[in-house]
Amino acid sequence: MSTSPSPLLPAVPHLIIPESEEPYLQGSRCGQCEAVFVGTRNVCSACGARDQMTPFALANEGELYVFSIVHRSFPGIEVPYVSAVVDLDGGGTVKGNLIGIEPDPEKIKMGMRVKTVFEKTDRKDAEGNEYLAYFFQPA
Amino acid sequence: MANDVYVIGVDMIKFGKFPDRTVPSLGAEAALLALDDAGLTIQDMQALYCGNLMEANAMVGQRVLQEIGQTGIPVVNCANACATGATAFREAWIAIKAGIYDVVLAVGVEKMAGAGLLGGGRKRKGIPTEGLLGSGTMPAVFGEAGMEHSRKYGTTFEQFAKVSVKNHHHSTLNPKARYQIETPLDEVMGAEMIAYPNTKLMCSVNVDGSAAAVLCSEEKMRQLGGSRAVKVTASALTSDRWTERDLTMPDVSTCTREAAKAAYEMAGCGPEDLDLVELHDCFATAEILHYENLGLCGDGEAGRMINEGEAQLGGRIPVNVSGGLLSKGHPLGATGIANVYEVCTQLRGEAGARQVDDARIGLTHVIGLGSACAIHVFEKQ
Ligand SMILES: [Zn+2]
Repeated sequence: MSTSPSPLLPAVPHLIIPESEEPYLQGSRCGQCEAVFVGTRNVCSACGARDQMTPFALANEGELYVFSIVHRSFPGIEVPYVSAVVDLDGGGTVKGNLIGIEPDPEKIKMGMRVKTVFEKTDRKDAEGNEYLAYFFQPA
Repeated sequence: MANDVYVIGVDMIKFGKFPDRTVPSLGAEAALLALDDAGLTIQDMQALYCGNLMEANAMVGQRVLQEIGQTGIPVVNCANACATGATAFREAWIAIKAGIYDVVLAVGVEKMAGAGLLGGGRKRKGIPTEGLLGSGTMPAVFGEAGMEHSRKYGTTFEQFAKVSVKNHHHSTLNPKARYQIETPLDEVMGAEMIAYPNTKLMCSVNVDGSAAAVLCSEEKMRQLGGSRAVKVTASALTSDRWTERDLTMPDVSTCTREAAKAAYEMAGCGPEDLDLVELHDCFATAEILHYENLGLCGDGEAGRMINEGEAQLGGRIPVNVSGGLLSKGHPLGATGIANVYEVCTQLRGEAGARQVDDARIGLTHVIGLGSACAIHVFEKQ
């Protein structure tokens, strides 16, 4: 019986956890129209091209596009939190919690530089598996 | 245009909380009201188009007929998020337009009271991501959409809040609205913050409700002597075309702009010809975006438009004189047809204390997030 911790699972499929390298967010780009998507897919929903999608690692830095500060959520979810929409450098728009900044509309500036950080979350699934999530913080 | 379509009967129940009523019984009540308004019976109807979201797998249209008359007519049950009722209405319009039927019934119904926060809570494999990877709750999603407008044009929290003050004021003149309560600006801005910049009073009200309309062909309208008939001059439905951020941050503007363009073209009019608009104010932030999306003002002018009272009853282009989703209430499947009721009632000159002077042309707009946009244009005969 092993006592070593089981590896962390990704909170979403587009979060990739390589064995010996840093985690990253996966995107894909259409070879026909250049549209960028979060995650992988076979068909481009921008132009309809099939089998033209190339996966690539999304950048770990970008710009805060917009945000909302959530004060009421579902039972058991800690508030407030900042829901952030981030445009990553080189393409791809991702949503995540913005951390490391006061949840105050006066403090959070749209257009500010942010970076992606990867941290273990407290949330476990029904089998007790542990998960890695991503967050954004001011760069 | 060939096969013009008319609304010859339309009504809604007063929106509210009806814990002891079933969805079909609420739908049946609106259906009977609309039939009475048309001076027709269920035996005259050739088809039923029924909009309901939360029981979309449960034959709501047939169950409405089981309450008011099982005549064996075709029933189509529609679900299209918050565009559900408008989609049912449009299916009815298409059937008349195509010349398949002369007179049909469209019903929208929903039980929403106590539904709480919507969106973001979807159960998936693994762990829930709400509050971990941002928010999928509706107040936050529309908060972010409003912040995009702020980012572009400097729109303020106060300007968004003014939408709520206006629509709550309008609803004090509408006995069928859920609430008839004035909410001054400081009260709206000081209410519990749900998801910045939307406070509780800037979120639409979850209510139970139903609305129904009888649609017919021009020939049928003349045969019935429809002096109160209202002409449907345009029906447009779009989905979310691919745009850069749509899959992360639903783009409710592009689908609205495309539907508006198609609707104005079909109706042979422009936004400057409208006398009133019932648009999708699911959150106060959303109404601001749609002033521009529908062409009621130029891009970047929505903040000025709300500041100067142009969207108020008596203003340049009254918006949501019914009280809107913010105060009349937002029973998803019923909302689109309740909008039709408001515009037709105004064009008939029967809106009482909230009557828009000389209303001749009106527009209805809804957004189903995910996304669908439905727009209809109506003209007085
Ligand atoms: Zn493409």
